[in-house]
Amino acid sequence: MTVMTYIEAVTLAMKEEMERDESVFVLGEDVGKRGGVFRATQGLYDQFGEGRVIDTPLAESAIAGVGIGAAMGGMRPVAEMQFADFIMPAVNQIISEAAKIRYRSNNDWHCPITIRAPYGGGVHGALYHSQSVEAVFAGTPGLKIVMPSSPADAKGLLKSAIRSNDPVLFFEHKRAYRLLKEEVPEGEHLVPIGEAAVVREGADVTIITYGLCVHQSKQAADELEKEGVSTEILDLRTVYPMDKEAIIRAASKTGKVLLVTEDNKEGSVIGEAAAIIAENCLFDLDAPIQRLAGPDCPSMPYSPPLEKAFMVTAEDIEAALRELAQF
Amino acid sequence: MAESITMPKLGESVTEGTITKWLVSPGDTVKKYDPIAEVMTDKVNAEVPSSFSGTIKELVVNEDTTVEVGEVICLIETEESSDSSKEVKEDPPAEEEEKVKQASSPEEKQEQPARFSPAVLNLSQKYGVDLSQLKGSGRGGRITRKDVEAAAEKPAPSVPDQKESAPAERTVEKQAPADGRVKDIPVSGVRKAIADNMAFSKQNAPHAWMMIEVDVTDLVRWREKNKERFYEQEGVKLTYMPFFMQAVTEALRRYPQVNSSWQNDTIRQYQSVHLSIAAASEDALYVPVIKDTDQKNLRGLARSLDETVNKVKKGTLDAESMRGGTFTLNNTGAFGSIQSQPILNPPQAAILSVEAIVKRPVVLDNDAIAVRHMVNLCMSLDHRVLDGLICGRFLQDIKETLESDPETKWSLT
Repeated sequence: MTVMTYIEAVTLAMKEEMERDESVFVLGEDVGKRGGVFRATQGLYDQFGEGRVIDTPLAESAIAGVGIGAAMGGMRPVAEMQFADFIMPAVNQIISEAAKIRYRSNNDWHCPITIRAPYGGGVHGALYHSQSVEAVFAGTPGLKIVMPSSPADAKGLLKSAIRSNDPVLFFEHKRAYRLLKEEVPEGEHLVPIGEAAVVREGADVTIITYGLCVHQSKQAADELEKEGVSTEILDLRTVYPMDKEAIIRAASKTGKVLLVTEDNKEGSVIGEAAAIIAENCLFDLDAPIQRLAGPDCPSMPYSPPLEKAFMVTAEDIEAALRELAQF
Repeated sequence: MAESITMPKLGESVTEGTITKWLVSPGDTVKKYDPIAEVMTDKVNAEVPSSFSGTIKELVVNEDTTVEVGEVICLIETEESSDSSKEVKEDPPAEEEEKVKQASSPEEKQEQPARFSPAVLNLSQKYGVDLSQLKGSGRGGRITRKDVEAAAEKPAPSVPDQKESAPAERTVEKQAPADGRVKDIPVSGVRKAIADNMAFSKQNAPHAWMMIEVDVTDLVRWREKNKERFYEQEGVKLTYMPFFMQAVTEALRRYPQVNSSWQNDTIRQYQSVHLSIAAASEDALYVPVIKDTDQKNLRGLARSLDETVNKVKKGTLDAESMRGGTFTLNNTGAFGSIQSQPILNPPQAAILSVEAIVKRPVVLDNDAIAVRHMVNLCMSLDHRVLDGLICGRFLQDIKETLESDPETKWSLT
């Protein structure tokens, strides 16, 4: 085990999979010689050459489309969107082609593509470098949306995504890249897609969240622990399709549920978690299901105070937890 | 100006209350929120706070009188009104004004209609927790899921399994003697459960009663001789109960008909022996169960009993440890009783009371008269399940065990 950052874990997963399987290749803007704007593909160009680490034009629809075609032809592409915000031109390719090809061709074709994209705010990235886009794709059967919260999960889930025989959207929080460090298992470390994980056991309140918000939630839970409130935290890890059993278990355990996301509140994926709980856990609920999310405002603002107000902070989670605990 | 204080609504479904005690007399000065009376309802006992600051003018309702919610119980002369009282005197306050006053009184504020979360309702039904007896720890006194879970874990009084067929309640007319010298004691949850349970049993199971006397002189001597060694060895006192428990258990094994219960259309015989042991505290009766006594020897029984008694004393019995008994053993001798007619512990078919061991002159087999240690064993049986013949044999079996040679019968190991 080696301590590494989130982004190093991402790079390592791609490197190991490329070494293991010749059909794995990387494509995207600046991923080659430059090693990616965040350095996620650093070293891959030197190790695997321009044939397997391909710099593309600034055309996301093409990156997705080329990747989908290659995947259908037997390759395992890892396509990078430089920022999740720029995935929009590729939406048609992803939703209408990649997600549907297996169903449409009655299993004759399938599409083992992984599309990586850094998402999220809190880095002064403003409108086009801060968005959370998972809700755009959630609700598209045929797609899987993975959003790991830790370096170890990032490695294990990215390896699983690359090996998946169906398309996976892999969203990495850009603020997590160098903020989060932990020991990451070496070699064959696979985390199954579709399984949530209890990252903290507790008896009083339950947080269900994903991505970087898991990190803030842990900090908030530490604070509440001092007040005698113990918090269960469920990390969804895969936000589509959701791990319903784990959600039901976590919600039923305490009966008081706080759902957290950095995305805009209305229409965010945690609303789906709320629906699952409402459908299944009525007689275990001891408080209204609560959502803590970004405001319903068109975009992450650039102004630092406004950006801070938009982001879900550990303090925000702490306050919401306390409210629920006292209810 | 004279303001009136009305009977507050002390619970969601409470419609009337009884003033059990006035805490003030006419002429007393009270501050707003000071308690002025104790009130009992069928759900709660509470103090009525004053809605105003002022001087008590008149107690409208006598002690031990039951009045409807909203009825005036006392009049109070308020301070701020004294200067303006002259001009306002002319008319009694309009009805509207009355309503406004009620709405603003503090007890009205406290008494929000109780609202329970689905989890609270669900758990209260599952564990039989009376929500009106709980104090909520949530915001505004809301009863939380944890409150119910905590209440469910506390030792509950022995409650009959078949609550649904509880006897219809008959109203007892309260006839206070003319001089009114009575004291009505509110019935708490535990007392209420005991009352329901016992009334159910007595009214549903036709009780028959038998008694035998047993000469336990040899047993008494053997225990005297061995009790210190037993204590050194086990750290637990050797009382008489384990002997009776073993004798009863052995008899139940030989007469399984007695180890049974009435189940309306069937009689259920239990294959295991789980003894319910009646244990009294000052104000309540707990009946913890010692499981599988047929798999325990004298030492095991003494230890299990000691553990259970300690739990009763410390109040750490959980509901689980009071379930599943198949036969009840009652140590009435501990209170000095020499004869009793126990009420069956439903749905069990029989209960045995061990009375006090007393020295009495007894005519022996050889017609000599001797002073012997005698004990009465009193048994009540559900005559739907059992008849005298089998119970007579059952008691005889216990007697033989207890009168047999202790040196061969009992062992400290």
